[in-house]
Amino acid sequence: MFKKAALATAIGAVSLAAASQVLAADYIVDTEGQHAFIQFKINHLGYSYILGNFEEFEGRFHYDADDLEASSVEMEVQVNSLNSNHAERDRHFLSDDFLSADEYPTATFVSTGFEPTGDDEGVLTGDFTLKGETREIEMPVTLMGEGEDPWGNYRAGFEGSTTLTLADFGIDMSDFPEVMHELELYVTFEGVRQ
Amino acid sequence: MWRNTRQGWGLVSITFHWVSAVTIIGLFILGWWMTGLGYFDPWYNRAPWWHRSFGMLLLFVTLLRVLWRLFQPTPVAQGSRIERLAAHIGHITLYVLLLTVMISGYLISTARGRGISVFNWLEVPALVSHLPNQASIAGEIHWYSALALMLLAAGHALAALKHHFFDRHDTFIRMLNPARTRRH
Repeated sequence: MFKKAALATAIGAVSLAAASQVLAADYIVDTEGQHAFIQFKINHLGYSYILGNFEEFEGRFHYDADDLEASSVEMEVQVNSLNSNHAERDRHFLSDDFLSADEYPTATFVSTGFEPTGDDEGVLTGDFTLKGETREIEMPVTLMGEGEDPWGNYRAGFEGSTTLTLADFGIDMSDFPEVMHELELYVTFEGVRQ
Repeated sequence: MWRNTRQGWGLVSITFHWVSAVTIIGLFILGWWMTGLGYFDPWYNRAPWWHRSFGMLLLFVTLLRVLWRLFQPTPVAQGSRIERLAAHIGHITLYVLLLTVMISGYLISTARGRGISVFNWLEVPALVSHLPNQASIAGEIHWYSALALMLLAAGHALAALKHHFFDRHDTFIRMLNPARTRRH
């Protein structure tokens, strides 16, 4: 009886340890402290760029320096949180002329693979859904750093960018100059290890 | 002459009414037209600038107008009891819709905290900004309340013509002629 109980406790302790090891590599994107940004950059008539960002999103990722292939990321963005510092332009972006945010309120990214390409670098592959269209995209990413923060948590931070062709997501840019048909998406965030 | 009496509208009220009427209809047509303009149209930025400037001016005028209406006598309504009640509700609804259209329009442009330029003379500051989805929701309200205002204004005009041609009382005339204030 005593032996059984001891065994059960031992098994429990081992599996708890295993569980905490798995958990040790799971991070939540720090939107609470807002060390996380999703920015877009699109040419304006060939003269300059429009920069904007999405203010509301959440995400989580799995990252373990010893098992990089197992890395994964999930992000969900509230499309109508788009901000380009111009209320009427934002409203236009969100209208049926471009993003149809009423009909498609969220954009998501769910990674399907990660390939390390060098020290602290790799290419993330995943399904990106915008305006109801899901496309596989690749995003080169860089680990900027990881370690203890001053407030008792463990953080890991990344950046990455990719170029999207808007027509792939049902956004018709044919009335606009060629340079405006693509958009650069830049993402940087820290995750807090759970 | 200038002030209202129980018999008729004074020149101040008559001027408020007709300046508002012309401006409201003009703003509706301008708004309708400008929202259909293509990005490369020369009026794409200019037309909204006029629309916002006149809209803000109309808001100031309307606030003065409402004050004037509150502190001046109101000419006695004519027609049957039910007609007078319908007219009263209709007029209040016109004011409410008018204010709704203008305030929602203001909230579109100020959604990100930027003020509204009035003919580049002055800037109306953004008082309410960064509400969730502010520009889009205010935009919907702006369009539907403007549409409702146009329909009700058409009813208002038809009612005025009915009073003139069928009922043959001076409800319509007294909105044209301040001399009516001196009758009786």
